[in-house]
Amino acid sequence: MNMRIGLVCPYAWDVPGGVRSHVSDLALTLRSRGHHVNVLAPVEEDDSLPEWITDGGRPVAVPYNGSVARLSFGVKATRRVRAWIREGDFDVVHIHEPLAPSLSLLTCWSARGPLVATWHSSHDRSRVLTAGYYIAQTAMEKLRGSIAVSQEARRTLTGHVGGDAVLIPNGVRVKDFTPEVHDRQRRRELLFLGRIEEPRKGLSVLLEAMPAILDQVPDLKVVVAGPGDSGDIREDLPDRVDRALTFYGAVSDERKQELLREAQVYVAPHTGGESFGIVLVESMAAGACVVASDIPAFRTVLEDGKAGRLFPTKDPAALADAVLSVLADDAARRALVTRGYTRASQYDWDTVVDDVLAVYESVRVPGEKVSEDLRGQALGRFAARTGFIRGRRQSGDNNAEGD
Amino acid sequence: MSWWWLVLLVVLIGLIGLYLSMTAGRLDALHKRIDTSTLSLDAQLLRRSSVALELATSGLLDPAGAIVVAEAAHAARTAADGHASAIDRAEAETQLTLALEATLDEEEIAEVRQAPGGAELIDELAASAQRVQLSRRFLNDAVRACTQLRSQRMVRTFRLAGTSPWPKSVELDDSVPSALAEVKARPSAPAQDAT
Repeated sequence: MNMRIGLVCPYAWDVPGGVRSHVSDLALTLRSRGHHVNVLAPVEEDDSLPEWITDGGRPVAVPYNGSVARLSFGVKATRRVRAWIREGDFDVVHIHEPLAPSLSLLTCWSARGPLVATWHSSHDRSRVLTAGYYIAQTAMEKLRGSIAVSQEARRTLTGHVGGDAVLIPNGVRVKDFTPEVHDRQRRRELLFLGRIEEPRKGLSVLLEAMPAILDQVPDLKVVVAGPGDSGDIREDLPDRVDRALTFYGAVSDERKQELLREAQVYVAPHTGGESFGIVLVESMAAGACVVASDIPAFRTVLEDGKAGRLFPTKDPAALADAVLSVLADDAARRALVTRGYTRASQYDWDTVVDDVLAVYESVRVPGEKVSEDLRGQALGRFAARTGFIRGRRQSGDNNAEGD
Repeated sequence: MSWWWLVLLVVLIGLIGLYLSMTAGRLDALHKRIDTSTLSLDAQLLRRSSVALELATSGLLDPAGAIVVAEAAHAARTAADGHASAIDRAEAETQLTLALEATLDEEEIAEVRQAPGGAELIDELAASAQRVQLSRRFLNDAVRACTQLRSQRMVRTFRLAGTSPWPKSVELDDSVPSALAEVKARPSAPAQDAT
């Protein structure tokens, strides 16, 4: 049975990010199954948009959940959301990050009927409360079914907001990452991905560990790919560490896939803030050996260290040991890579999408449609205007929501 | 002075009225959500018992297992016709879950899958069992949200819920038979270690 499905992405479509690629992959997979899909997202440049994406308004950069996110809100966005709901004639509307003060929250307000939500990030309690308990509560009540991408995201929901969710992990298009069949000589290098200045991505932990690593493997190269200014960081580095590093800046998705296929070891020294660890799954799909800090999300993805090597968070010495151990022992590294690939294929979108469709089917009665909720109109406008997120417009700032 | 008091009073009453009407709207929406979730759970349970009955009468199961499943599925269908109480129905559905768990082990499933039409039945049963689980979870979540709101003092004092009955969660064992749950786990290609 083919459905008409509306997906809502709260973050700017033009900026790479975890939620954004989740929505886009989900949309592509659903479309390949023959469903009609339309995505509503904030869009900066609407010239080259495919016809299945609807522009929800120009994104504005505001601080949100610990970093700068590009969101759309206000009277104009509300109007577009309402028109999208009216014209879309959807069987199900699937809202991502429903509490994000953007198109997502506006959709919660403006729609009624079979609404499904996916919770991506874990927030701490205070953040949930500043978003306004009443606002959160009234929006949540309308969601027929909730999905959490990880235990941590689910705990945010059950513990702080109140509510239950089914666990459906993030999907990865494993085929996009899988290395070609012929045996490629992998470069003996470490790969770091993520925004350079973002402390939660943990580049500083890796840099502190570098001297100890170079003592053992002096010719090791380190590739750092991610947006941000490398100048300040390089100044304070010892010469030999600086020589080992190559900064690539922000890279496209395709380039990221290439880098993951080429590197021998992918290092994820994150210090927190990750609720899933999609890059780890991508690395495993690409056949790179993963060395990651033991935050709960990574522990789950790496099966407690069976599919990749874990080290205590924020511990450079332990990171150095872990990296050296996988570099030195070819057999152990290959075992991790093999297990990692099997693990990654469990997260393939083609498997994951079945569970998502099961949720869609179980929240609606046949023939039901999503319609505009006129009750929320006055309230929605009020909230959009006063703006409980007090952010000024900051142009030229990049988005940094999770990765 | 009395003039000011009057204005304040009117504003206060207005605010309370606005809050009450908004809360009544929320309650109404929650009751509707419970209604649709109940319908959806009902549909999924019916689907599950139908497929179970079809499987039992298909001749693909061993005779003893077929009788156990057929009886449990039939009891579940009978309990769904509206005459049985909610508790009796939950009990009948739980019995069906147990019957499926007991009958469908891995060998049995492998054998049914070999037969023509068997694989479809198994997949359909696994899908409906999963959907029962989802629907019940979502229903109980709606019930929780609704009872939470209905326990608020304002809601009780002003009887915002009117005469609608106090919502009840549905408690039954809806676990997917363990051998069926594995149907979903797909084999994956061995890794190409390109080291």
